[in-house]
Amino acid sequence: MLKTLRTNDTALMILFTLVVLAGPLILAPVGAGYPDLMQRFVIYGIFAIGFNILFGLTGYLSFGHAAFLGVGSYSALWMLKLLSINIVPAIIFAVVVSGLFALLIGFVSLRRSGIYFSILTLAFAQMSYNLAYSVLTPITNGETGLQLDLEDPRILDSAGSAGQVASPSFFGLEMGDTAVVPFLGMDLQFNVGFYVSALILIGMFYLSLRIFRSPFGMILRAVKSNQTRLNYTGFNSRPYTLTAFVISGMYAGLAGALLVCMDPLAGAERMQWTASGEVVLMTIMGGAGTLIGPVLGAGIIKYFENIFSRINDEVVLGWFSALPDWLAEAFTTVISPFLGSGWHISLGLIFMLVVIFLPGGLVEGANRLMNLFTRLSGPRKNTASEEDAYADKGSLPTKAAPSSTVVNTKES
Amino acid sequence: MSILKVKGVNKRFGGLLALDDVNLSVRENTFHAIIGPNGAGKSTLLNCFIGKLMPDSGTVSFNDRSLLGLEPHEINQTGISRVFQTPEVFSELSILENVMIPAFAHRDGAFHISPFKSLAKETAIREQAEKILQDVGLIDERHHTASAMSRGNKRRLEMAMCLVQQPKLLLLDEPTAGMARADTNNTIDLLKTINEAHNITFVVIEHDMHVVFSLADRISVLSQGHVIVEDHPENIKGHPKVQEAYLGTAESE
Repeated sequence: MLKTLRTNDTALMILFTLVVLAGPLILAPVGAGYPDLMQRFVIYGIFAIGFNILFGLTGYLSFGHAAFLGVGSYSALWMLKLLSINIVPAIIFAVVVSGLFALLIGFVSLRRSGIYFSILTLAFAQMSYNLAYSVLTPITNGETGLQLDLEDPRILDSAGSAGQVASPSFFGLEMGDTAVVPFLGMDLQFNVGFYVSALILIGMFYLSLRIFRSPFGMILRAVKSNQTRLNYTGFNSRPYTLTAFVISGMYAGLAGALLVCMDPLAGAERMQWTASGEVVLMTIMGGAGTLIGPVLGAGIIKYFENIFSRINDEVVLGWFSALPDWLAEAFTTVISPFLGSGWHISLGLIFMLVVIFLPGGLVEGANRLMNLFTRLSGPRKNTASEEDAYADKGSLPTKAAPSSTVVNTKES
Repeated sequence: MSILKVKGVNKRFGGLLALDDVNLSVRENTFHAIIGPNGAGKSTLLNCFIGKLMPDSGTVSFNDRSLLGLEPHEINQTGISRVFQTPEVFSELSILENVMIPAFAHRDGAFHISPFKSLAKETAIREQAEKILQDVGLIDERHHTASAMSRGNKRRLEMAMCLVQQPKLLLLDEPTAGMARADTNNTIDLLKTINEAHNITFVVIEHDMHVVFSLADRISVLSQGHVIVEDHPENIKGHPKVQEAYLGTAESE
């Protein structure tokens, strides 16, 4: 039984790794195979995974996680400016700084729970945003945003870059480098920045998997379930929630650092409340408390933001070119408000549908489909995973259900 | 040797003196019941044991250590577990996990993080939890989530959650409140078995006389915030003061 769990996790990990590494191949056919967007998929995936460690496990809904994203971006960029164009010290520094920042904000905010916690984090994030915009201009460069400069001192490697602004690199491999490989009529773009972020994403996914499967993760789920009971059980829940908060803040800082490593420009709007709200949407849409959900949600929202928003009337007309003109125009009139600059409408509709019909997010939807499929395809095989046993619990009167759930039922 | 000592505890809520100079001493390994008519101050007294309320004056000490001003988790860590009036469990977690959590609290203390240790490798804790679940008769459903359980089974689960911590003192707040007769009798049997099998001191607050007289070694009767009698069960039944306290309320009802 325990073995089942471990093999499932290994399978999940392998599948995840393969899918992420094959990103360019998978995303090119849907028009998202260009480096800039692929990097964003991966980076926001990291952001959402970290957010999920707080929200998915403990149930504490932070509305201020963009603050950590921004802090990570600024600190990483300063490292790139002052120390070295190599991304490694920048990333490490950003994670440390955002962790400390999260410790401070978490220490204060976690004195309250529920809506008050959310409001406190929101207030802190908006405060950070406004500070970055105004008072802290010497550090953040205010409205213009912070960027790399010809005069950057860069103690370690300034000699090598006379005359032009350097671009961030991993020991000489520049993030912007891309190898274009033609494949079945598509141009597959294998980008250094994407693969650096992808490897980090895989590492961070593994870390989150370990946390989910650890006693620590179980205690965090107990916080979500019944915090009062947990306190009477002998646990001091505050340091546990604070640890989860700091970990998720560090994930956000890492994501922020990667954003500036790929595109060395950090603006204050990265810390705005809309950015905090976005990661909440990603996590809920994909499935809060599930392992893969947040990455899925991040991908979908970024896809909408970048691909749907580009579909204009001409493109839509093109889809219906086979129809008579008046019909094509009628269709276009109906559909176009939901596309192009109206992409928020379709995203909002999808989000509403998910929340109403699939409270467990898209992962729940996928599980339901899988259950339906396994039920239709006859007797279950041994490989039938956790989700099966979970669904069986409600419906099977006999004890025949393979109790492969072990200690966990929610994740997949 | 008394394990829990309450000395001169007063608690006032506005104009109401809820606890009036309460003195109580619970001996080790006894089953001590606190009874009394409605509004006698039983729950207030219990809340003073567990750190939910702070008495205005007086002391509450457990093994000669004061409990006043301690946080709930600190009180638990001194060896006091409690069962709630309405069963409180981790509904979204499996039954096994519900019991593993207190086992971790007992082994590792109030805060201990090992985020890279796999839960699947915690076999000692797991076996401990499974053994207790065997004892309370929930072993077969250990992988089900706790939300779907009946009230009686939730009570069993709560007992298991307390027992796995090997507490020195177990506080029960009306363990049979709102239960059907059959469930009540099951709970009595369960408590009896636990009492025989473990060296635990019990303090029970209870309305139901049937429960009290089936289980208690010693009974304190609380009336209007005051302990009027403390004695063996056989001496309590016919005690004039007790009858007065109960009949008095019966008349006014």
